[in-house]
This record gives sequence, C-alpha cells and structure tokens, in this order.
Amino acid sequence: MTAPEASIAVTVPRTAAASPSIEATGSKLSWAVKDTLALAKRNLLHYTRVPQLLVFTFIQPIMFVLLFRYVFGGSIAVPGGYVNYLMPGIFGQTVVFGATSTAIGLAEDLGGGIIERFRSLPMVRMSVLAGRTGADVVRNTGVVIVMFIVGFAVGFRPHGGVPRIVLGAALVLAFAFALSWVMALVGLKVANGEAAQAVAFPLMFPLTFASSVFVRVDTMPGWLQGFAAHQPVTVVVNAARGLMLGPEASAQLRAVGTFTTSTTSYVLQSVAWIAAILAIFVPLAVRQFNKS
Amino acid sequence: MVVFNQYLTFLNDLATVDGMSQPPAIEVSGLTKRFGEVQALSGVDLAVEPGTVYGLLGPNGAGKTTTVRVLTTIIRPDAGIARVLGIDVTKDPQRVRQSIGLAGQYAAVDEVLTGRENLELVGQLTHQSRSVVTKRADELLERFGLSHAADRSLKTYSGGMRRRLDLAASLVHRPPVLFLDEPTTGLDPKSRNDLWDMIRELVADGTTLLLTTQYLEEADVLADRIAVIDRGTVIADGTAAELKAQMGATVLEISFVDARGADAALATIASVVPGAETDGAVVRAPVYDGAKTAMEVLRAIDAAGLDVGGLTVREPSLDDVFLTLTGHRAEEIDPRPDDSDVAPAAAPGGAQ
Repeated sequence: MTAPEASIAVTVPRTAAASPSIEATGSKLSWAVKDTLALAKRNLLHYTRVPQLLVFTFIQPIMFVLLFRYVFGGSIAVPGGYVNYLMPGIFGQTVVFGATSTAIGLAEDLGGGIIERFRSLPMVRMSVLAGRTGADVVRNTGVVIVMFIVGFAVGFRPHGGVPRIVLGAALVLAFAFALSWVMALVGLKVANGEAAQAVAFPLMFPLTFASSVFVRVDTMPGWLQGFAAHQPVTVVVNAARGLMLGPEASAQLRAVGTFTTSTTSYVLQSVAWIAAILAIFVPLAVRQFNKS
Repeated sequence: MVVFNQYLTFLNDLATVDGMSQPPAIEVSGLTKRFGEVQALSGVDLAVEPGTVYGLLGPNGAGKTTTVRVLTTIIRPDAGIARVLGIDVTKDPQRVRQSIGLAGQYAAVDEVLTGRENLELVGQLTHQSRSVVTKRADELLERFGLSHAADRSLKTYSGGMRRRLDLAASLVHRPPVLFLDEPTTGLDPKSRNDLWDMIRELVADGTTLLLTTQYLEEADVLADRIAVIDRGTVIADGTAAELKAQMGATVLEISFVDARGADAALATIASVVPGAETDGAVVRAPVYDGAKTAMEVLRAIDAAGLDVGGLTVREPSLDDVFLTLTGHRAEEIDPRPDDSDVAPAAAPGGAQ
C-alpha cells in the first residue's frame, strides 16, 4: 500500500536526472561521427571473427589473380604485358564483388532484430548505414593493399609513380563506397542475406565481366562494346589503370583502341559516376531505412 | 480505507501545488495501427503510473508487440496518442529514446560480439563516456550473472543467457521507463524464474515497467496492474486480484465420458457453481475456494448418481481469462510474420 507514496518520492528525481546524463556530451554532428565509428568497429569485428567472411574477402580475389594471371592470361594479348593490365582490373572486380557484403550484412542485421534495438536508442539513425558503408571502406582498403602485394608477387610492376598509384587506388575505393550505398538499398529492401545475394549477383556479374576488368573491350562484339566501354566499372578501372601504369602505358593502350579516351577523361568520368551514384542512392537508402 | 484514500488525494494535491504532479509515465489513448489487411491495433488505451509495473496480457497477434513498437518509437501509429513521461512519441521520438529501454522476445543482441562488447556498443550508442560505459558494463554483467561469460562470443551463450544479456543491454543507459516484450517466451522454467527475480529487483528501484506476456502467471507475479488485450483493444484492466475475482481464483474442471454426460450434469453443477459451462465432455466452473466447492460439487454429482471421469482444480490460464471476458478462446492472429512465436502452454500444471 506504500506504492503511490514511493512513486512520488522516487520517480521525480529519476525522470529529471535521466535526460541530462545523456544530453551532456557533444553536439548532433559529433554524435553522428561517434555512432558511425562505434558501428563501423562492430562491423569490422565481424570480419575478424567470422572465417567465412575472411575467405570471401581475401581468398576469392587471390584465386582470380592466379586464374587470370596463369590460366587465361596467356591467351590475352595486351600492350605492356597482361599482368599490368590485369591488376587494376582485379582491384575493381574485388571491390565490386565485395560490395555485395554491404547488402548481406544489412539484410542480416534487419532480420536478426538488432536494428530494432538501434531504432529505440537515442543514436543518430543514419549512422547504421554510414557505419556499414564506412566499415566496408576500411575492409576494401585492406583488401586492395593485400591484392597489391599479391600482384607484386606475380609480376605487377606499375610505372605511374607512388602519388598516381595511390590516387588510382583511392578512386577505386571511392567507387566502392558509392556502390556500398547501392547495395545498402538492396539490403534494406530484401528479407535476408541469401535474398540480398540473389539480387546483388545478377547486378554485379555483368558489370564486372562485360567490362575492361579482365579483357580488352575492343575485342568484344560491337553491340557489347557500346555498353562495356561506357559503364562505370570500365570507366573506373581504366582511370585507375591509366594512373597506376603511367602515361606511356596509357598511350599504348589508347593507340590500340583499348582506351577510348585519355586517362584524365576517365578520372573525371569516374568522379562524375561516383558523385551521381552517391547523390541518388544515399537519399534513397536513408529514406528506405527510415521507412522500413 | 476511506481515510487512506483521502490521504492519497491530499498527497496528490500537495504534489500538484508544488508543481511536481507526475503525469502517467506511459499514456496511450485511441491508438490504431494497420498492417495491410490486418488491423493490429484498433483503439488501445492505457495509463501506467510512474514506478509501477504494468502487464499487457494477451495471445499472439493481440497487438502487444505493436503497442510496444509504437511506444518505443520504432513504428508510427496511424492515429491516437502515445506519450512516455509526457513526451509524444511521434512528435519528439529522440527525447523519448533517451528515457526508454527495450528488451524483447527476439534478443536483439549481436551474435558475433562478446557479452561485454554488446553492452559497450549500446553504451556508446547512448552517448555515454567511455569510462562510464566500461564500469556500467561490468556492473550489469555481474548483476545478471554473466561475468564468467563476459568475453565470450554470444554464439556460446544459452537462450537464457542471451535473454539476460538482452535485458542488461536495455539498462545500460539507466532508462527510467523500460519495455519488456515477452521477456520469457520460449525459456525453460528455471531460466524464467531467474529472469523474474532479476526483473523484480530491477523494478524495486523505481523503474516504470511495461511488460507484455502471454502468461497469466507472469503478469500475476510481476505486474501491479494488468491490461488484457485482444484483437487490438484493451478488454479488461485492473490489478491481478481484481481480474482473478472476475474469473474465479481457481478453475474446477469435471470431465465426463462424453458431451452428453457433461450436458446432463451441467444443471446439477450449476446449482452449486452458477458460472459453470460445458466444453465438450468437460464442465468448467470458476470457483473461489477451490477444495470446499469441489467437495460440494462432488457431493451433488454423487447424489444425482452421475458418472464422473475426472476432477481437476487448477489456476486460471490466459484461456480462462479470455473465456470469461470475451466468451471465446484466446485466438491467434498474426499481423506480422515475426509475431508468430508459438509459446508453450500458459498455465502452471494443474493439481489433481
């Protein structure tokens, strides 16, 4: 029978004290950054603890390098040597395939109920998506570095100089970041990880193979060249290729018709693609997240 | 009692004069929500006094989870008002989120992370300083008996441990209002009892708790007030004692060879227990003094020369509440696929 009295005595100070303790630290922007970092760390921990994810992330691209360098590569003629042509393509292919994991990860979070908890917390909501795509940038950076070392081991010798090589890698990573947002939208729209994979794969497969990633676009039939020469994966991979391999190699590739434009133009087109994809898919993904 | 009530009124007036009058900690009126074809909520009203435990009792699909999801700002209602600590959940969800904790039947924790990492993640996402988070995580792991498993991945946790961690995660930022959505559904009796003890400890320090459950026993054990919810509306509301008074403290079940036997015996039994009803070959009667009435019923049956198959005296179940209140059994409708967790029988074992 003492409950009503207790409620008056106890709850007043409690409710009054609750809000300031949380509101005390930081502005909205610093919250957004902190929340994003906390979630990015959580997502990265998954990569270090789930062996299947590690295999998917590192072993698969290494197998592609070995496959194309030693199995198919001998019959693909490219000026400057195939391994130099191949490796920037591998960087592109790896991040395109890897983007699927953004969709799978988000779809699994949604199915598992943890996002339900996130939605009930006073966190900045968008950081669920930013933490996911941010973690994927970190993972992709690691993968590109490892692939660079693997490439060097199988004979990759770029002559673009360190700044241009770094710039080329940065362009690939920025493109990967943009793709993560496309895949975030996919992940938010489907029911589970398997469905995410089923939707992402048919998108990623033609973008990767009907491109300049592994072969010269100018050897494809005319009707395919129209698509392959201008689609974003080709544009970004050729930009990275031109930057990494250097002006001399780029000139050679252009002379035989493999490059249809200058490296500078590829770089500018890449930036345009990245900006356009981000401008469209970031708002779409955020809207879908707030809606679902 | 009159004097006491006057005293209470006096206390409340005093609080109002001081500007300290507390609105209900949770206030819901006319709440509706539709998912496609299914009307999940059709006008839910409830009010939870600060510092009390409120049990929302109902079968799957009654609208319990939907109500909690609206109150925890996860979904927006179609119409109606929902306030937590006086703050409208649709107008200022971010402020509501600062004051609430949510733990549910799905154990919304990260399977790959360790127990400690899970709690620290929630601590960071509620914007507390690192030192506070570290201390709080240790404290909660200790309190929920998870210290020994703190640095193990959740993959190694049992179902009961996972629920405990989920509950701990909802408390990291010390929310004054807590929502527990079927906290013990699917747990074995031992884990359920452990969790009940923990919940009781937790509300002893003044937290307001809204608890949903399918188990009458759970609501009875934990809640100060209970609302029975069916098909998206609250159909009864009161203390456990009040609800039980409505449906009888215990239920007497007398089984016969067949439905005809039961029909024949109904009049005899109803002369002793007016609320008796037949259900197939069983006559069910709500009684207030179990053994004594049971003896009277048996004597009456014996005097009438009827054949009895069996006699059971048991605690009322959610089904009995529903039969009494609505005249129908607790039906299961699924507004959402993930609401379909089918739970084991609600009533504790009946005494023969």
